[in-house]
Amino acid sequence: MIQLTIDDRRVTVAEGRTLLEACREHGFPVPTLCYHPALKPYGGCRLCVVEVAQPPPPGDARPRPARLAAACTYPCEPGLVVRTNSEAVQRSRRLTAELLLAGAYQSPEMWALAKSLGVEQVRFQLPEADNCVVCGLCVRACQEIVGVSAISLIKRGMAKQVSPPFEIASAACLGCGTCVLICPTGVLRLEDVSGYRSAHAAGAAEAREYCQTCSELDLEPHFVAAPEALLAAAREGTGL
Amino acid sequence: MTKLADPAALAAWQAALAAADGHDRPTLTVCGGTGCRVYGSERVCAALQQESDRRGADLAVKVTGCHGFCERGPLVVSHPERQMYTRVKPEDAREVVAAVLDGRPVADRLRYPDPQTGLPIQHEQDVPFYRHQHRLVLDLNGTLDPLSLDDYVAAGGYAALAKALTALTPAAVIAEVKAAGLRGRGGAGFPTGAKWEACRRQPGDVKYLICNADEGDPGAYMDRSIMEGNPHRVLEGLLIGAYAIGARQGFVYIRNEYPLAVKHLRAAIAQAEARGLLGENILGTGFSFHLSVRLGSGAFVCGEETALMASIEGRVGEPRPRPPYPAEAGLWGKPTNINNVKSWAAVPLIIANGAAWYAALGTPTSKGTLIFSVVGKINNTGLVEVPLGISLRQLIFDIGGGIPNGKQFKAAQIGGPSGGCIPAEHLDTPIDYESLSALGAIVGSGGLVVADEDTCMVDFARYFMQFTQEESCGKCVPCRVGTKAMLATLERICAGQGRPGDVEYLLELGETIKRSSLCGLGQTAPNPVLSTLRHFRAEYDAHILHQTCPAKVCKGLITYQVRPEKCTGCMVCLRNCAVGAIHGAKQQPHTIDPAVCTRCGMCQSVCKFDAVAVN
Ligand SMILES: Cc1cc2nc3c(=O)[nH]c(=O)nc-3n(C[C@H](O)[C@H](O)[C@H](O)COP(=O)(O)O)c2cc1C
Ligand code: SF4
Ligand code: FES
Repeated sequence: MIQLTIDDRRVTVAEGRTLLEACREHGFPVPTLCYHPALKPYGGCRLCVVEVAQPPPPGDARPRPARLAAACTYPCEPGLVVRTNSEAVQRSRRLTAELLLAGAYQSPEMWALAKSLGVEQVRFQLPEADNCVVCGLCVRACQEIVGVSAISLIKRGMAKQVSPPFEIASAACLGCGTCVLICPTGVLRLEDVSGYRSAHAAGAAEAREYCQTCSELDLEPHFVAAPEALLAAAREGTGL
Repeated sequence: MTKLADPAALAAWQAALAAADGHDRPTLTVCGGTGCRVYGSERVCAALQQESDRRGADLAVKVTGCHGFCERGPLVVSHPERQMYTRVKPEDAREVVAAVLDGRPVADRLRYPDPQTGLPIQHEQDVPFYRHQHRLVLDLNGTLDPLSLDDYVAAGGYAALAKALTALTPAAVIAEVKAAGLRGRGGAGFPTGAKWEACRRQPGDVKYLICNADEGDPGAYMDRSIMEGNPHRVLEGLLIGAYAIGARQGFVYIRNEYPLAVKHLRAAIAQAEARGLLGENILGTGFSFHLSVRLGSGAFVCGEETALMASIEGRVGEPRPRPPYPAEAGLWGKPTNINNVKSWAAVPLIIANGAAWYAALGTPTSKGTLIFSVVGKINNTGLVEVPLGISLRQLIFDIGGGIPNGKQFKAAQIGGPSGGCIPAEHLDTPIDYESLSALGAIVGSGGLVVADEDTCMVDFARYFMQFTQEESCGKCVPCRVGTKAMLATLERICAGQGRPGDVEYLLELGETIKRSSLCGLGQTAPNPVLSTLRHFRAEYDAHILHQTCPAKVCKGLITYQVRPEKCTGCMVCLRNCAVGAIHGAKQQPHTIDPAVCTRCGMCQSVCKFDAVAVN
């Protein structure tokens, strides 16, 4: 077991936990976006930042300087001093949420999240905002839950986007719809999430729960049921 | 070629090289660094060789690594006298060879003129650019043939390795590196000995070493020069580190855009393997270490250690959060020690000469030497190696020769795009880790860009912001979107559309991006903006509140105007304007239509009468 201090309270957690798990286990709320309990932590959205200070070395009572770290990826270490809601933490989350909105200002879900963190206005908007916040949840779910990696994140920086390999419809896609369900911006248009825009533009105007392209690619025998129960539970857990 | 059976065989080989015939015959070294190659040094070398052959002379001509004084290339130096010839052309071969063989004087154009007296300087060591330097890591760059292991061994190469393997325990090697006070030269300045120790302490038999040769800072080329000019020194450093840490496998991660460095490194690896200096049972001591070269495709973020390791493993070159640090879980989850090329290259010197020798240079917390690539508005651009603790003024004026065209020094950006700028009032600041970070800059990996009075600091900051924004990997939000927001704000300001509150917004973004980004790229990306805001706030205000660019650089804030009293109506500008913004009849003062003008500056550069003004 590991002992650490969260918001002035001493807590004990099992070895191998992250700070986020420790916080949740002990009832300290920490907002998240790219985190999902069923997936490996990613550390991309930076909404879960907390202040972390190393314990002072023996014989030195002075507190060590605190730095911001993503709780979802930070492993618990003995003696850490954690603040989950300091002024610095709030300021950072607020601005990060505002930056998330820069690319997703039409998403009511993102607005709700940002408002809960104190965002009132968006000072910067991306001209090419497409509501994808590049959290990587769909990609990781496809890889880690479904196990097929039909989509991945391609390119770098602002150009980073979700796409099947070589930007052509992926034969590996089972059409299970997991990516759609897990998408936090609530844009349930599959074609916007899994990168099949051109394939869908003609046929499907309404949201679909399976991928038309893939089913057309004759993959029906391999269809698996979307793990909806798991996703629903997970959605509860993330508060999204 | 036989393997060296033991350290004594290495010493014997070295002695034999020193005693060999002709090892001290007159030699001309031609700089084969990238700068001089661009100026045609390969043709110069061929011409010198041809001339020497024609005269049947016993003169060795060899291509070396970068001499550093790229500004005056192609460089040729005679040995042992160290007469220096600059800007040598193939046609000069006869004159240079005659000077060496017959002692004939050469024309002044081949000499570097003393900046004070204008008199030609004969010897390399008298050139101010070199005189004020302290070359430890670059010491052999100008004399070795990088493709010759003989050259390196003759210069004492691999003796430090032999010393470590026979006279020192791994713990003693680490203690020596610690006592030398060596700090990582890749950017963060982390104490090298402590890092080695942390990796050594980790349980497990499999440990890896990495040499970070990604060198992504724009304008930086010191790592490249070391690998091109003296690759064996990097190998020797890695071998000593492997022995100290207990690693059997290492990787050099080098960008593919450095073909010559890759070639020299691969050649050095093959030579060292052939002589039993690398591979199994090195020098018969039972110590084994293997080294491979991995090519990177030149993304700045792949220089970040966790992204670099992902790239070596064949995954996308994207950073991951630390902890765990590489020393705990690095390549393929195994303890890994990663250092920069310059850090590795300093190690053999420390082991050969002792920690005290190295620590004698520098300040109490910053020991040894640093290598800078000096570029921008400065007379002597090139690579310089100086002891830590010298002042920026010495670096820029004594070595760099000051600012061209009699302009004023304005600021120096230290530490590349992750660094900060230092204004004129801090020119006497010593260059060491603590002093620079107190001013909002960093030692970084040694990029130094000089700005003069004609540089707009807002535009300067915008340039660096653009670089990091484009190089952001896009994994985390503050860096991916935040740097874009900062860049967009700076672009607006430079375009004359700044708004009150922009400065506060930049400060807010900068602080948050620094504190909350996942990796060092985001954590340092705002530095150029924050440091210019700190030292040149008035320039930002001028752009935003008064719609003027004091340095007259930002296109959205300047207009080109014809001074009627000076204009002769010669029509040259009118004919050269690409967009037809200039009107006027022959011998009548012209006018420029600001609505059409794109502020390209062509009219000003073609006007012979200084009749075009910028306002
Ligand atoms: C964005 C980014 C780029 C980096 N690029 C390099 C590089 O090109 N070369 C390098 O040696 N270190 C680079 N680093 C630093 C490395 O992560 C690492 O700290 C360094 O290689 C450690 O070696 P040292 O202790 O010898 O300095 C970079 C860091 C960041 C955050
Ligand atoms: S800080 Fe920038 S480069 Fe580093 S992980 Fe985040 S987005 Fe990628
Ligand atoms: S939830 Fe931790 S970074 Fe996204």
